[in-house]
Amino acid sequence: MTDKEITGGVAREILAYTAVELGKAIHEGKVTAVEAMEAVFKQIERKEAEIHAYVTIDKDTALQKAAQIQKRIEAGELQGSLAGVPVAIKDNLCTEGMRTTCSSRILENFVPTFSAEAVSRLEEAGAVIVGKTNMDEFAMGSTTETSAFGVTKNPWNTAHVPGGSSGGSAAAVAAEECFFALGSDTGGSIRQPAAYCGVVGMKPTYGTVSRYGLVAYGSSLDQIGPLAKDVTDCATVLEIIAAHDAKDSTSMKREDVDFTSALVEDVKGLRIGIPRDYFGEGLDTEVKSAVLAAAKVLEQAGAVVEEFDLSLVEYAIPTYYTIAAAEASSNLERFDGIKYGYRTADFNGLHDMYKKTRSEGFGAEVKRRIMLGSFVLSSGYYDAYYLKALRVKALIKQAFDAAFARYDVILGPVAPTTAPGLGESLADPLKMYLGDIYTISANLAGLPGISLPCGKDGRGLPIGLQLLGDCFQEKKLIQCAYTYEKKRGPFGLSV
Amino acid sequence: MEKQYETVIGLEVHVELATKTKIFCGCSTAFGGAPNTHTCPVCTGMPGTLPVLNGQVLEYAVAVGLATNCSITRYCKFDRKNYFYPDNPQNYQISQLYLPICRNGHVDIETEGGVKSIGIHEIHMEEDAGKLIHDEWEDVSLVDYNRSGVPLIEIVSEPDMRNAQEVIAYLEKLRMTIQYLGASDCKLNEGSMRADVNLSVREVGSTELGTRTEMKNLNSFRAITRAITGERERQIELLERGESVVQETRRWDDAREVSYAMRSKEDAQDYRYFPDPDLVPIQLDDAFIERVRAGQPEFREEKMERYRREFDIPDYDTRIITGSKHMADLFEATVELCHQPKKVSNWLMGETLRLLKEREMDPEDIRFTPAHFAKLIDLTERKVINTTVAKEVFEEMFDRDVDPEGYVEDKGLKMVGDGNALRKTVEEVIAANPQSVADYRGGKEKAIGFLVGQTMKAMKGKADPASVNQLLKELL
Repeated sequence: MTDKEITGGVAREILAYTAVELGKAIHEGKVTAVEAMEAVFKQIERKEAEIHAYVTIDKDTALQKAAQIQKRIEAGELQGSLAGVPVAIKDNLCTEGMRTTCSSRILENFVPTFSAEAVSRLEEAGAVIVGKTNMDEFAMGSTTETSAFGVTKNPWNTAHVPGGSSGGSAAAVAAEECFFALGSDTGGSIRQPAAYCGVVGMKPTYGTVSRYGLVAYGSSLDQIGPLAKDVTDCATVLEIIAAHDAKDSTSMKREDVDFTSALVEDVKGLRIGIPRDYFGEGLDTEVKSAVLAAAKVLEQAGAVVEEFDLSLVEYAIPTYYTIAAAEASSNLERFDGIKYGYRTADFNGLHDMYKKTRSEGFGAEVKRRIMLGSFVLSSGYYDAYYLKALRVKALIKQAFDAAFARYDVILGPVAPTTAPGLGESLADPLKMYLGDIYTISANLAGLPGISLPCGKDGRGLPIGLQLLGDCFQEKKLIQCAYTYEKKRGPFGLSV
Repeated sequence: MEKQYETVIGLEVHVELATKTKIFCGCSTAFGGAPNTHTCPVCTGMPGTLPVLNGQVLEYAVAVGLATNCSITRYCKFDRKNYFYPDNPQNYQISQLYLPICRNGHVDIETEGGVKSIGIHEIHMEEDAGKLIHDEWEDVSLVDYNRSGVPLIEIVSEPDMRNAQEVIAYLEKLRMTIQYLGASDCKLNEGSMRADVNLSVREVGSTELGTRTEMKNLNSFRAITRAITGERERQIELLERGESVVQETRRWDDAREVSYAMRSKEDAQDYRYFPDPDLVPIQLDDAFIERVRAGQPEFREEKMERYRREFDIPDYDTRIITGSKHMADLFEATVELCHQPKKVSNWLMGETLRLLKEREMDPEDIRFTPAHFAKLIDLTERKVINTTVAKEVFEEMFDRDVDPEGYVEDKGLKMVGDGNALRKTVEEVIAANPQSVADYRGGKEKAIGFLVGQTMKAMKGKADPASVNQLLKELL
């Protein structure tokens, strides 16, 4: 079918599908993988100039692959629920033969020789890559404004940021420029942009999805996860990408990755804890009332909802920025102009080359965190900062252990506000860091978390509800989120 | 009165482990491939790659630790040592600082001064770096990552050594122990064993340590000995002049027998060590350690003790044979087959050592098999070949591991056992050399030697010289 034959109406119909619905329609022969991909590119033509969700798009390859997948589906070789479904990949996940920039000048022309494990697993399941999504440079930022390749705009209101660092992935899903996306979450980088863009995003338990091929930011905190149109899509994607991988020493062997089995509308007896610490000063009143209303919905559905004191919440941000920056300062050392990526044009000797390459190749936020991380690891400060941060991290984990002895799920906001206006956050990085307060604890404690829309503020910007679970308890989260989603009814998309 | 100085020496010894694959990826550790052919995304530091520990590295490190009386760290971690240099693709080396695998060991060494215990502070595991090649003509530097990620252990001694003799004895002891374990071939000249010498001097009687220097680039025991002498003298001269020793790293130039300062403590880098978050902590249980302990071989001292009990060979031979695990294995396997320890030892002490020296080889490079070796001994014992021929066959076996039996057969080297043929030849030699015959008969005993030689020549060496001698006497 050519572009001409896809009328706006048919494309509209295809784009309205969720990923799982589209997969089903393709299996039933109602739509082909190529038609789905063409619909996506039609939408990209319509929206991308305004949204700028992508850093790299390879239309020819995407259509070619869609055609190959279609043949394999017709031959009965691909049975999976996402076969033929177009996916967007955050640009810090390596894609063989396709540029992977981390939205940084220093990797502007870097083409990996292998694909990230999570990407390979999706491709084996028949998902087709549309392109690579924009992000905060090396995932450092909460607005996607630190990208070296331009700002991504929030599809709900283009005067606002999409959140970050997986802002491109969240915006691409919200603007229907793909059917689902992969992101990475080091301190909230999946959940927060999902909240700002009115989509569902999930960070699994640390070790659930292989980090092999994810360009590391904070290795002990990074996890890959899905951004999708609904909880069903989210569980379906996670089920495909979650697997033990011998190439990642921190990857876990888990038996309970049949996440779609938890798509059950039932929260009777589910114990939900609401940390008072998450509803204090700094929380926007509209966000607060939307999140508490969501709790009410779950309570009415049979959950046991109760407030409690989590404690240590105020330590999460300094702890996170110490550990993440320390790891980042070391992880980013390999970008030196020697082996790949950007190298300065003029230099005088090795050290001058290093200095200029890195000064010119990295943006301000990345440099800020490299300096912060180098400082906390330096001789004489290691004990006072880095080691102390590790101890606080252990205490935060203990506080969550105590909470999960009493509750199945912890409920709260994703972020203190809805999406800030463009440019507001860059002026005051400290304020931007404070915006991570509700999400980073999950990374420090290794916990799974899901973010899903629970309302809109007065300006029509989405508000996110966050559910946190104990390690390996994704199914409880999925069941709770799925139940809420059913009770809430359709949230709608930005388009 | 002139001041008396004591030298205080501690060693940092890097040993390349004999694993087939690298420490954190599946690439080959084989020496000498074309540049960047034994590499993958992991050992070239590509974005997104992660290290996975090779279990054999852990086993070797624990084995060396047990053999050097160390306590094994049950919960150990890898740390990142951060520094920028192009031979290091990630710009950090994965090593161990905070919780090394082994600690608090010691080995006993024997020198003219008697037996002494040398303390081992720690042993840690780490990865090797790549190699930079500077092209002076093109004014560029190229990097080869074949060695990047090759597993190393670093054995750090206490400052317990006082002279070069003790240092060499300590290194020999480590080398022997590690070779016996099969954990490394420990070749200084090829870099699979590298020693950095930390040295300071102090007045005799002082208990304070002086300021030390670290000497690098020591590629042989001779270089180490010379560097120790040179550095001791340099430091004493400084002190005598009223100057002080600067804590620094120095590079030894063995050709010129001098050292140069490489970098001082002032510009020492801050490596910003921290636990590598990509590698999980290693927890070792008793079962693992006991399994490694059970796999420990008979070490040299025990072996020497047993040889003295079991074999009637000179102590000198025992020392030489057990000086190489490979030679000892060859000796034992051959004796097992031919039951002639003395003969086997003689061949090893004589022809084998001669050929090793001539070919500039180490005992570890011996390639002939015990089966062939035993056959050769059997052939000489049964007088199928004579000693001269045996040496020729041995050399073929040494170089190409030929089967002595087949070789003797193919080349027609068997002694002529047929009495008639030999008698006929002897008679011909007597007839052809009347002068010598006359000399012999006239009382010149020596003349018979010439006749033996002529007979051997006519027999193309395939006769037993003793039989020839006897037959000549008989016929004359």
